[in-house]
Amino acid sequence: MDEQPIAIKTLTIDGKEVGARSGDTILQVAQEHGIWIPTLCFLDGLTAYGSCRICMVELEGNNRLFPACVTKVYEGMVVIIHSPRLEHYRRVIVEMLLSERPHICSVCVSNGHCELQTMAQLLGVTSVRYPYLMRKHDVDASNHRFLHDDNRCILCGRCVRVCSEIEGAHTWAFSGRGVESRIVTDLDQPWGESESCTGCSKCVHVCPTGALIEKGRSVAEMAKRRQFLPYLTVMRKEDAE
Amino acid sequence: MLDYKHPEPPQQDKRWKMVRAEMRRHGYSPHALIQVLHAVQSAFGYLDNESLRYVAQALRVPLSRVYGVATFYHYFTLKPLGEHLCVVCTGTACYIKGVPQLLTAMKDEFGIGLEETTANRKLSVTSARCVGACGLAPVVVVDNEAHGNLTPDDLVSRLKEVTEK
Repeated sequence: MDEQPIAIKTLTIDGKEVGARSGDTILQVAQEHGIWIPTLCFLDGLTAYGSCRICMVELEGNNRLFPACVTKVYEGMVVIIHSPRLEHYRRVIVEMLLSERPHICSVCVSNGHCELQTMAQLLGVTSVRYPYLMRKHDVDASNHRFLHDDNRCILCGRCVRVCSEIEGAHTWAFSGRGVESRIVTDLDQPWGESESCTGCSKCVHVCPTGALIEKGRSVAEMAKRRQFLPYLTVMRKEDAE
Repeated sequence: MLDYKHPEPPQQDKRWKMVRAEMRRHGYSPHALIQVLHAVQSAFGYLDNESLRYVAQALRVPLSRVYGVATFYHYFTLKPLGEHLCVVCTGTACYIKGVPQLLTAMKDEFGIGLEETTANRKLSVTSARCVGACGLAPVVVVDNEAHGNLTPDDLVSRLKEVTEK
């Protein structure tokens, strides 16, 4: 059987001419060519979700902004990653994420290992222009190995995706809407009483902040280990084929 | 293939028959989640954990997703509502025209705020984003009857009339 020829598209990302397979997203192509696009909710191995809006890029000839992680490439596309408008929006997004929950790095167990903190530093966020909402969220320490702290959650949905897509347990889901949104286990019951949780710890290791952490680890040790994810995804795909 | 038996409803209650009929109509498909939750909500007036669990099992949908859907949509309530329902519009127009004062008046008179029910189960207060009658702001819908241009006193007397009937 003849193999379908892969259509190659050429486009410009950040002034650099690159080639890409059709069906690739802007982010995939950029990463293959070593071009950095800031991301927060995206994680290699999970479905792109487009929720954090940090990876928004400009396309020449179009006034709208497009999320790089879910926008497919086309021939002759001109992608702009850095512009004053984009930098401004990205900073505003990070500031809003910081002010939505009581994110205070100095008292956070993930201080130094937090992707939100890193992103804020990379984008040059020196202060938050909005007042912190300071809503009170309970901490769920019912699981004997892990801890769930809504106060550090940025609702990126990585735990929800890894639990349903990779582990297949679907313990996590979003509840509520808007500012009331939270991640919950099963019927919003304590994590330790969840019937579907297998205790695999994948959600803990994909969490970008200190919202899901391992108990008994100090601030210096709270690095997340997520090397497993690309392997699992690749192996599963090979198994399926 | 494993033999799959549909789970039995949590209680011997005739209302579950309506729910089961709805499930059958959709072939127990996971996609029918919202319709089935609608059926439970209209049959029982609210969704408790037991019914959520039953729906999840019968449609083979993860518990967390059932809970997520039930809390996402305004139509579903997880707590039983009171005999009478007072829906306060919290849209921008109504908010500016004095919804906070209406809520304070209700709190003072009945001791309940938004999304709460009085201890005697007579009255529930819920909110709506916008009821689409901004010209009548502030609008409150009491037992499916809209009241516009309300002052706190009007509202309290109207609610007293309804609950004391």
